[in-house]
Amino acid sequence: MARVILRRFFKHKLAGIAIAVLVFLVFASAFAFTTPYSPTDQEPTNSFQKSNMDHFFGTDELGRDVFTRILYGGRVSLTVGLLSTFLSIALGVLIGALSGYFGGGIDSILMRITDAFLTFPTIFVLIILGAFLREQQVPWLKNSVLIVIIIIAALSWMWPARLVRGLFLVLRERDFVTASRALGGSSSHIIIQHVLPNCIGPIVVSGTLQMASAIITESGLSYLGFGVQPPTPTWGSILATAQNQVFRAPWIAFYPGLMIFITVMAINYIGDGLRDAFDPYVIHIEK
Amino acid sequence: MTTYAIRRILQTFPILFIISILLFFLVRSAPGGPLTSARRNPNVTKEQIQAMEEKLGLNDPLPVQYGRWIGDMLKGNLGQSIKFHRPVNDMIAERIPNTLTLVGASFFLTLLLAVPIGILSARKPYSLFDYVMTTITFIGQSIPVYWLGLGLIVIFYVILKNPFTGLPFFPVGGMNTRGKEGELLDTLWHLVLPVTALSLGWIAWYSRFLRSSMMDILHEDYVRTARAKGASSNTVYYKHALQNAILPLITLVALDLPSLFAGALFVETIFSWPGMGRLFWDAAKGRDYPVLLGVVMITAVLIIFCNILADLAYGWLDPRVKYE
Repeated sequence: MARVILRRFFKHKLAGIAIAVLVFLVFASAFAFTTPYSPTDQEPTNSFQKSNMDHFFGTDELGRDVFTRILYGGRVSLTVGLLSTFLSIALGVLIGALSGYFGGGIDSILMRITDAFLTFPTIFVLIILGAFLREQQVPWLKNSVLIVIIIIAALSWMWPARLVRGLFLVLRERDFVTASRALGGSSSHIIIQHVLPNCIGPIVVSGTLQMASAIITESGLSYLGFGVQPPTPTWGSILATAQNQVFRAPWIAFYPGLMIFITVMAINYIGDGLRDAFDPYVIHIEK
Repeated sequence: MTTYAIRRILQTFPILFIISILLFFLVRSAPGGPLTSARRNPNVTKEQIQAMEEKLGLNDPLPVQYGRWIGDMLKGNLGQSIKFHRPVNDMIAERIPNTLTLVGASFFLTLLLAVPIGILSARKPYSLFDYVMTTITFIGQSIPVYWLGLGLIVIFYVILKNPFTGLPFFPVGGMNTRGKEGELLDTLWHLVLPVTALSLGWIAWYSRFLRSSMMDILHEDYVRTARAKGASSNTVYYKHALQNAILPLITLVALDLPSLFAGALFVETIFSWPGMGRLFWDAAKGRDYPVLLGVVMITAVLIIFCNILADLAYGWLDPRVKYE
C-alpha cells in the first residue's frame, strides 16, 4: 500500500520537485553554521552592502549577513511550522475522534466549541497572546519560539478536528467496526486500531495545508512584532526589520519573503501530490 | 427559521463569554500594566499615578474589574482608551467604515475575477488557459500578503515612476492625500495597491474552489438530464451548473471571514490604512488593553452576525436545506 502511494505521489512531477526543494531548504538551514558569519553579531561599518561574492544576499542595516540570517531564520520558521502542525493535528484528531465516534452530547459540546473557534478572528487573539503571554511571570513562557508554537496550534486545531469527525461519522458505521465491537473490542481499541488507520490519508493531506498556513502565520506574527522576538532571526522578523529600510535597501525585504513563498508553495504542491496519491478515485493516466 | 437564528445567537454567547474571560485575565495579569509609560515619566508624581489607578479602577481585584468591563460592554460601552483618553466606541466607529471599504473593495474585485476564471477553467479543463490559471492560483495562494504588499510598494513607489512627472504611480500610505480628504477619486487611487495585495490570494482560492465545484457538478444527474433534453451548452453551464456551484461560496465566504480580517490587518499595517487592523496593531504595541479587547469583541460579533446571515441566506436560496 505504501509503495503504491509513493509511486502515485512521484507521478505528480511538481510534487517530486517540491520535495527536493523542501529537503534542500531543510539541509541548508541545518548546516547554517557552515557560513563564516554570525546571524546576530553586528558590524555597523559593513551595513547595506548589495549582493556580492562575500555576502550573497547583501548585508542589513547592522552589517549582518542577510544570507546567514535567512539560513538561521529557516531553522526557526521550519521548526515552528512542523511542531505547531504536529500539535494542532494531534489536538484536532483527539477532539474529532471523540466527537465523531461517541456522538451525542460529547459531539454537540465539542462541535460548538470548534465552531466558536472557527468564527473567531484568530489573528487578533494571536496578537494578544503573542504580546501578553511572554510578559506573564511564568519562567517557561520566556521562550518566544515556544509561545508561537503553542498559540498557533491552539488556534488551528479546528480544521483537522472537523475533518476527522466527518471521517469517523462515516467509518464508525462500517462493518469492520461492528465486527470488532461484537468481538468485545473496547472503544479505545476500535478508535486506535481500526478507525484511525483509515483516516491517515486525509489527515496527512490536511497536515500539509496546516503546515503551509502555520509558516505563514508565524512569519506574519513575527513580522508584526508579536511572534518570535529578536535577536532570534526568523523569516518574518527579518522581513520586519527590512521593512523599515525598504526605501533604502529594498533587496533585504525580497529574500526572506521569497523563502516563505518558496517553502509554502513547495508544501502546497506536496499536499496536492499527496491528495492525488491517497485518493482512490483519481484515475492516473499512464503516459 | 427565526428560531434557528435565535438559537444560533444564543449558542455563541457562552463561548464569547469564556473567551472574553480568558483574554481579559491574560491581558490584565501582565506585570507593568497600562500605566507603565506614566510610571517611567519623571514628571508624573506617585500621587498622580495612584489617582489614575483609582480612577481607572486598577486597584480592584481582577474579577471585579472583569465584571465591570463585561457589564459596560453589554450596555454597549467598551471603555476608555488608556493612551488616547477617548471612548473606545468612538475610536472603533471611526475605523469600521475604512476597514469595510478596503475589505468590500477587495471582495468585489475577488468575485469579479474569480468567478469567470473558475468557470472558464472548469469549462475547458486541462487546456492551456486552465494550466496557466492553475499555476497562477498556486502562486497566489502561497504568497504571504505582507510580502506582496511590500513588493507592491517597492515596485510601484520606489522603482517605477511616472516618466512625465517623476512621481510614483500610486500612493502607499493612508486613505487620502493631505487636503483631499473625502474625495472619492483620491480614495480609489489610494485603494489600488492595498486592494491588489489583499485580493490576489482570495482570487486564487475562490477560482480554484469554483473550478472544482463546477467540475463536480458537471457529473450530476440533473446536468446530464439537461444535456439529454437538448439544452445548449451555455444553458447547461450558466443556468444549471453555475447556480449550484456558486451556492457553497456563501458558506465558504462566511467561514473565511476571520482570515479576510487577518489579511486586512496586514494590509492596513503595511499601507497605514486607518482601519480596525491598524488600530488594533497600534493598541497592541502600546498595550492599550481596552482598545484591544474592544476590537476583538466587536470583530467577533461582526463575524458571528455575518455567519448567521450566511446560513439564513443559504437556506433561503437552496430549497433543499431545512432549518429545524
